[in-house]
Amino acid sequence: MEDIKKLEEFQAKIDADLKIEPKDWMPEEYRTHLQRQISQHAHSEVIGMQPEGNWISRAPSLRSKVVLLAKIQDEAGHGQYLYSAAETLGKSRDEYLEELHSGKAKYSSIFNYPTLTWADIGAVGWLVDGAAIVNQVSLQRTSYGPYSRAMVRICKEESFHQRQGYEIMATCALGTPEQKKMAQDALNRFWWPSLMMFGPHDSESAHTANAMKWRIKRETNDELRDKFIQKTVQQAEVIGLTVPDPDLKWNEADGRYEYGEINWDEFWNVVKGNGPCNKQRMRHHIKAHEDGTWVREAAIAYAEKQKSKQLVA
Amino acid sequence: MSNTDHQGDVWEVFIQSKPGLPHKHAGSVHATDKEMALQNARDMYTRRQEGTCIWVVPLQAIVSSMPEDSESFFEPSDDKIYRHPTHYIMPEGAKNI
Amino acid sequence: MDKKEALINYCLRLGDTSLILGQRMAEWCSNGPILEEDIAMTNLALDLIGQARTMLTYAGELEGNGRSEDDLAYGREEREYYNTLLSERPNGHFGETISRNFLHDAYLYHLYAALKNSKDEMIAAHAAKSLKEVTYHLRHSSEWMVRLGDGTEESHNKVQQAINDLWEYTGDLFEMNEVDNLLINEGIAVDMNTVKQAWDNTVNEVLTRAAIQRPEDAYMHSGRLNAVHSEYLGHIIAEMQFLHRAYPDATW
Repeated sequence: MEDIKKLEEFQAKIDADLKIEPKDWMPEEYRTHLQRQISQHAHSEVIGMQPEGNWISRAPSLRSKVVLLAKIQDEAGHGQYLYSAAETLGKSRDEYLEELHSGKAKYSSIFNYPTLTWADIGAVGWLVDGAAIVNQVSLQRTSYGPYSRAMVRICKEESFHQRQGYEIMATCALGTPEQKKMAQDALNRFWWPSLMMFGPHDSESAHTANAMKWRIKRETNDELRDKFIQKTVQQAEVIGLTVPDPDLKWNEADGRYEYGEINWDEFWNVVKGNGPCNKQRMRHHIKAHEDGTWVREAAIAYAEKQKSKQLVA
Repeated sequence: MSNTDHQGDVWEVFIQSKPGLPHKHAGSVHATDKEMALQNARDMYTRRQEGTCIWVVPLQAIVSSMPEDSESFFEPSDDKIYRHPTHYIMPEGAKNI
Repeated sequence: MDKKEALINYCLRLGDTSLILGQRMAEWCSNGPILEEDIAMTNLALDLIGQARTMLTYAGELEGNGRSEDDLAYGREEREYYNTLLSERPNGHFGETISRNFLHDAYLYHLYAALKNSKDEMIAAHAAKSLKEVTYHLRHSSEWMVRLGDGTEESHNKVQQAINDLWEYTGDLFEMNEVDNLLINEGIAVDMNTVKQAWDNTVNEVLTRAAIQRPEDAYMHSGRLNAVHSEYLGHIIAEMQFLHRAYPDATW
């Protein structure tokens, strides 16, 4: 009885667009939904450092090197903000990392694709960050306070990321024939995986209904995906690249692009762990974590020693 | 997770963006001691010229009121409108100080 | 050798050292022991590459042949690079990186502190700006030296070994040749013996706090002044210059 009343109050708060804060009562499913979604988001930022990090040492100018470094650093920062938000839900970062390493927690499948050429770094910034921004702008209005605040900060910082990627793409697309080929190839490989970033169709998505009811998500997967496509196709046209979708066409009457269907078999295949880099990414993350064990232990031991010295004094 | 290996304690970070302004909550960092907490906060939260001063506070040291305190803490001030200047009627033509 | 040639060489030494150490620090991206440290190490790399850009741009201007920072970074071979031998040492484990950086940060800190008064305005301004950055770098590496040196037995042994192994590359930091002599006379460069004394003090102080033994001075490698490097440098710049060499006609 008590819980039903609390649940009604909770839903009334959500419906009035009031934020839920860490110490407020919340239904267990709301908590676990957020723990899963926010930690998955955090893991994605952190794993996302790998495909981009793959090109720092080979960035073709010192300017592009510092820009790429600053961008990847932001991603580490965003991972950190998101872990912090997730920790307010009563699980520690250690626990979230353990879930990642055991395979219980997922991260965005887009990072299981390799960055093979410099143009791929352009494609990642332009398409992957572009898709992420569409999603994150919407999440600024999410109902959970710490998540919303993290998103506001992240959106502010992300604003240069997509431009950085588009600039690389544009330079390649308007460069030598070899560069143009590189740019088109990058778009060909990253277009569909970017669209998959928004997740399955609303009708197929197990979590969409609750997420919408509780205003964790404010727009559905399909709505967000459509927004992204409408903006990005035009940008591809401006730099003379062809979006690899034979069904793509401009609908004059509606003033919008129509597009083809995603290959969902590929989507589920990568989610299940069969993407080109799933194992590589996880091995890399686990190795860095394990290589760091003695360092963390040393810092903890040092702090303990200092504390006991203070007690004696 | 063993006792000897963890991500460190959580420290809340407060940044003053300009001299004269109050310190404002920016987020948190993990660190094993105060010097590391300060450095991590600097590296994390002042990358874009956001700060002139940083405070770091161990999360455990913060005392928070609870949602169930809300009614007794905050609602009693709802009817004390005489604490606000708009409660008072100024004679026509009188200027504010 | 005239003053201009000497000054160009001096700028390349500073610029190349920052560039190579920056390139090394960038390798840490996504490999740090804790997420906060990934962000800290990227900050170091960003500062260092920023320093390199200033000095390489200036070297190109002095040269007067229209070479840009990128022409100098991407267009030279290993026998034309004047970075310190210490800067190109591999990252190894976190303790090795911290040890290398600590020895190097203390060096750049005192070098820039002295160069702030250089009669060359560009060098003086560069030193003043870089000194602020390096002050923080030295704080970061020193504090980690103390934590690792005075942490667990394992961490202590690892860092002691790292310092022992790196020690033979510290002599190279302070060597001088006719470039230095010429520029010291002009009031542009500084006497590295003075820098060495200040470096000794800082190193001794932090090693003591870290409970790490300072190694005895023994054989010291040299090479920086003649652009003779370890094998590592060739790989660093081969990787860095890959796109320029593969697509000589392209601009990025």
